[in-house]
Amino acid sequence: MCLSIPSRVVSIDKDKCTAIVDTLGVKREVGIDFIVDEVKEGDFVLIHIGYAMNIIDEEYAKESIALYQEIIEKMEEEERQRIIEESDSCPGGEGGA
Amino acid sequence: MNKTITLAMGNGGVENSELIQKVIYRHLGNDILAKAEDATPLGALQNLCFTTDSFTVTPLFFKGGDIGKLSVAGACNDLAMMGAKPKFLSLSFIIEEGFGLREFEKILRSIKKELTLNEAKVVTGDTKVVPRGSCDGLYINMSAIGERVADMSQNRIQKGDVLLLSGDMARHGAAIFAAREGIELENEIESDCKSLWPVVEELLGNLTPRAMRDATRGGVAAVLNEWAMATNLCMEIQEQNCSVDESVQGICEILGFEPFMLANEGTFVMAVAPKDADVALEILRRHNDKAAIIGRISDSYPGRVVLKSSWGTRRFLDMPSGEILPRIC
Amino acid sequence: MIAALEARVELRDLYDRFRDPKAIRALAKEIEREAQKLSKPINIMEVCGGHTHTIMKYGLLQLLPENIRFIHGPGCPVCIMPKERIDHAYILAMQDDVILCTLGDMIKVPGSRGSLQDARSRGADVRFVYSPLDVLKIARENPNKKVIFFAIGFETTTPMTAALLQKAIEEGMENLLLHINHVTVPEVMRELIDSRDEHIDSYNNQIDAFLGPSHVSVIAGSKIYEEFPARYGRPVVVAGFEPVDVMEGVLMLVRQFAEGRCEVEVQYRRSVTREGNKKAQELIDRYFVKRELFKWRGLGNIPKSAWRLREEFSAYDAERIYTLPKEEIEDHKLCICGDILRGMAKPTECQVFGTACTPAKPLGSCMVSSEGACAAYYKYGNLLKEVE
Repeated sequence: MCLSIPSRVVSIDKDKCTAIVDTLGVKREVGIDFIVDEVKEGDFVLIHIGYAMNIIDEEYAKESIALYQEIIEKMEEEERQRIIEESDSCPGGEGGA
Repeated sequence: MNKTITLAMGNGGVENSELIQKVIYRHLGNDILAKAEDATPLGALQNLCFTTDSFTVTPLFFKGGDIGKLSVAGACNDLAMMGAKPKFLSLSFIIEEGFGLREFEKILRSIKKELTLNEAKVVTGDTKVVPRGSCDGLYINMSAIGERVADMSQNRIQKGDVLLLSGDMARHGAAIFAAREGIELENEIESDCKSLWPVVEELLGNLTPRAMRDATRGGVAAVLNEWAMATNLCMEIQEQNCSVDESVQGICEILGFEPFMLANEGTFVMAVAPKDADVALEILRRHNDKAAIIGRISDSYPGRVVLKSSWGTRRFLDMPSGEILPRIC
Repeated sequence: MIAALEARVELRDLYDRFRDPKAIRALAKEIEREAQKLSKPINIMEVCGGHTHTIMKYGLLQLLPENIRFIHGPGCPVCIMPKERIDHAYILAMQDDVILCTLGDMIKVPGSRGSLQDARSRGADVRFVYSPLDVLKIARENPNKKVIFFAIGFETTTPMTAALLQKAIEEGMENLLLHINHVTVPEVMRELIDSRDEHIDSYNNQIDAFLGPSHVSVIAGSKIYEEFPARYGRPVVVAGFEPVDVMEGVLMLVRQFAEGRCEVEVQYRRSVTREGNKKAQELIDRYFVKRELFKWRGLGNIPKSAWRLREEFSAYDAERIYTLPKEEIEDHKLCICGDILRGMAKPTECQVFGTACTPAKPLGSCMVSSEGACAAYYKYGNLLKEVE
């Protein structure tokens, strides 16, 4: 039972203990019982069956994204190298047709 | 006249006659209907194509259309997909007692507008009124006759043919779900409900497609699977070429739906010979800039639909089954 | 790199960057590299149905080397629901003055009398809801009916049921009842690798590591898995449920084996902490207490693996108010959901998979719920091994 969707907090109603969140253009009202003290407008939260479960840590998200960027670049560099090596070892020697 | 539909209006008597003459005919009347008795003589017609559809959609009015537009487009599109120019329709209403007359006229206006787009006429019909609670507001049945001008059929699909999708997927299904669940949307999803004869006519004027089918209930997944099973060939689809609007994706994310499985009402799949692919795409793009070539037909997994991801993996896309329930996980 | 760290994360990034095809491929390459250092194949159990779904949907198995294998775990609350408890729901639903509410897939699972969907077609008022909050609304709008929420789910969902009860009590609602079927993950993980049942002796050797559930961990914290490296020598990596998360999680597990480590690691750092959500845990604790035993379909009784309402809330407990049958029901003869849930068999090894047992007419829960191993296999057909 895991389906939880990242959404952005648009507005908060502390009395009702709810918030309006935006999920890729869909606006909904969700319960914020579990994060009512810490949540702020603009936070990213995970929504599960009508409730916000937690506040997503943006710094960690950014770190992850940066890490993936690094390994993508590493992979692309390796692929470039491989293509160069393959055309170097090709008899007749002109790089890539 | 009353402001609502009453049981008497379905009884074949004075009230029924008034409803037909003063309301229905005011919007839909034409020369053929004017002469109609128990049945309507149509004269000689060539190469007939015949279809029927019933419409029970809730809500009756949604962004992008209503049950009226939907019923005409739905029936006429069935004909268009077989290369038949829509001509004559029958129109049957089953109306719940107490239905508002104003809403009814709105629906009639939508029907009229759509008929004009298809250059078709309603030539016979029926109106019944059922007691309160016996139906969900209003049901429509439309049967339609068209004249076939091109021979398109799934039987003509061959290995090597190219598959195209006329627009982005799942709008109608998503729009209906959103309306039903009262989900408030920032950019409201508009159903893709649309009459397709105009684009089909243009296509037929420039090439002979192998087959077309609109992706109604069951979505694109249903069409592709039906074709795969009928031809015993394999539909190989490049997943990222199948366009989905961001708001539609949002609804699908939240409710756990697959866009391939949701209904469309104005988006169709088309199979063409490889040499016609570019021309077909150009014409489709003139009507909808999201149109795309989405795959081709092979014999690698006969009877199946294969979805290829952009990172090199593949999976089968199956026929949707059962009630569409939102995925929780 | 600096630029990436300074810019603000957009909502879209939280989806797109964790589904990025290039990242998936790059991680696959890394995994392949690291996997060459392994001395023997490793079997990873993904506990959560959401992970099974991601693996199948994105075809991740096709990207992994031969020596990394998955065993699909029991992480599906619908899958493990015993038939007799589905019967409870059926019986409750068929009462004249009852509106029975539950989440999604639950209404399709057949008990011995039929499914809730069947009950509905026989006149019962059965409604599926997207959230327990909808149940409140239904109870308010139908004061003359008994509104019973058939509550299912792991630790992720349990606090929401607790919050529902809290609101109902605050509003002085008298027509809301709960039938609690909430279960917990560490207990079943323990059962799988340390079963007391003499019939499952081969099982200890199957699971080498766990891919920990994403959102159970958001609520309960990664601390709940610490016994697995410590006492059982099984590393655990808690991963998010997007394909990039899963691939990174697998990479982290492979690295642990390659480097001779065995610990709990969190891949899903943007949402999982060691402590979890304290408020949610407190709420669970206020209203629920662990049952001594709870029967999991295919796995038998597992101690302390499920919750029930505390004594003082008996007035809201449908199991106390109604007399419900206590007998246990055997599964269909040909159904091997139990073996599949234990990771001892794959769906394709089941005699009736895809023939007598399909999503349209399921014999066992693994096929009904889209989180079940069989339904995932059926839908996404892990029959395709080649990668372009």
